Amino acid sequence: MLTLSHISKTFNPGTVNAKTALSDLSFHADKGDFITIIGANGAGKSTLFNAISGSFMTDSGRILLDGEDITLMPEFKRAKQIGRLFQDPMLGSAPGMSIEENLALAAGHGGWLSHISKKDKEKFRERLSLLEMGLEDRMKQPVGLLSGGQRQALTLMMATFTPPKLLLLDEHTAALDPGTAEKVLSLTREIVSENHLTCLMITHNMQSALNLGNRTVMMNNGSIIYDISGDERKNLKVNDLLLKFKECVGKELDNDRMLLSE
Amino acid sequence: MDLNSILSLGENALQLGLISSLTVLALFLSYSMLNVCDLSTDGCFTLGATVGAAVAIAGHPLLSIPAAMAAGILSGFITAFLQTKMGINSLLAGIIVNTGLYSVNIAVMGNSSLLNMNRTKTVFTMLKDALANTPFSQNYVLIIALLATVLVVIFLSLFLRTKLGLAIRATGNNPDMVPSSSINPVFTTIVGLCVSNSFTALSGCLLAQSQKSVNIDIGTGMVTIALASLLIGGIFLGKGKIPLRAIGVVLGSIIFRVIYTIALRFDMPAYMLKLVSSIIVIIAISAPYLKSKIPEFKRKIALKRGKEAV
Repeated sequence: MLTLSHISKTFNPGTVNAKTALSDLSFHADKGDFITIIGANGAGKSTLFNAISGSFMTDSGRILLDGEDITLMPEFKRAKQIGRLFQDPMLGSAPGMSIEENLALAAGHGGWLSHISKKDKEKFRERLSLLEMGLEDRMKQPVGLLSGGQRQALTLMMATFTPPKLLLLDEHTAALDPGTAEKVLSLTREIVSENHLTCLMITHNMQSALNLGNRTVMMNNGSIIYDISGDERKNLKVNDLLLKFKECVGKELDNDRMLLSE
Repeated sequence: MDLNSILSLGENALQLGLISSLTVLALFLSYSMLNVCDLSTDGCFTLGATVGAAVAIAGHPLLSIPAAMAAGILSGFITAFLQTKMGINSLLAGIIVNTGLYSVNIAVMGNSSLLNMNRTKTVFTMLKDALANTPFSQNYVLIIALLATVLVVIFLSLFLRTKLGLAIRATGNNPDMVPSSSINPVFTTIVGLCVSNSFTALSGCLLAQSQKSVNIDIGTGMVTIALASLLIGGIFLGKGKIPLRAIGVVLGSIIFRVIYTIALRFDMPAYMLKLVSSIIVIIAISAPYLKSKIPEFKRKIALKRGKEAV
């Protein structure tokens, strides 16, 4: 489904601030994979997502999505196939526009001159009710009035309205309070499994990294240093992950937001 | 001053307000929706005036309107292209285009800074002839101005509800979400500025033809006048649905001209127009900021007077 072959990216090349964010990274995800990604600060996790979604062009290497070479495709075109959520709930929706208008943008069907139809509204209402947040009765209200959790749930709905080939979740529950985070996470799980989405999720919660999905990848210095799935992963504990990191890198895993347990 | 002259002054203000409201509606699209302060507005307004006048003088009064609007679209395209594809800051792109348009406008007027349309057949004289011997024979300017404004308001209300319109609004409202929502910000910015500049040019074209002359300074200060009108309109109908806000914008433009006309009656010299519009814009934009600073200011004073324990 997703294949990265030998991608590299260096920021500010040739200056004292040169930083190799991705170095010769290769990676393959199968259709339906739900992969959690962990790593220290600056390991290149978000940079990896930026490379996949096209926020910048990589310096070298190829990116293939569903057999199509998207290495040089601009970000807005990739966005038709890739849904993405950020940590900041404010990044995914337009606060000055209504819930309905935001959803209409995300729904993606209809020509440029099409209006929101009655049928669209019914569909939006039906989808919103799945969130169980009462948003279906507030469709005319501006998104700016929603709480962070509601907004992130809405963004999740928008990103998956037309099921994308790939869903990228960049610590999308990290800025929410624990209760809301749990709710958004369980929504994520439902949506991913119902639509059989291929999903990559960055998390700082080691326990959910092991509990969620079918595969876990550990990154350091722009490379993948550990990749585990199957039975071996099932029996793994958080402590084992930490030991593994030390074994691979030679120092303690250090992430200022890392949660070692639930 | 008798009732008749008051009415005639009122009608004059109304005509001017409606014609310039087209520029205000253009800024409603570019400034309020797309969040781009389009500083090419002055030059584009003049471009519409000169192109419209040149085409009308050449004997094509009806063609003058689409020709002026097409010139506006071209000007808007260049401004948008500079800021989206050439890496030029959006304010600077507007200023550069504005400067370039000065030469273009002189060229369009045939190496002159003034064109006279006293004997030219324009849309206004055509309607005047058509309405001769009817009760509306003297209202031809008002009718055209009103018609143009209504059409543009309806167009904008419908356009901003389309998917393209929503994408333009999202581009201005939250640029962060745009590329990850499969919207091409280059495309939305170009379309937005092309449409808005076509209205600016239409506004200039109609003003020039209604006053039967165009000079190179006709658009000077339009961007500030239009911003002032936009912000006045926002005070009355700043929130709510788009059609209502668009109507508010037109009202703002009329109110601005009425206030200006009244001020002229009280012997304010005509050249004060631009200073007044500048002051209105300063007040309207800075007021919310200054208001938010009041608590901080109060606390500073209280601390200085030693009223608050540190």
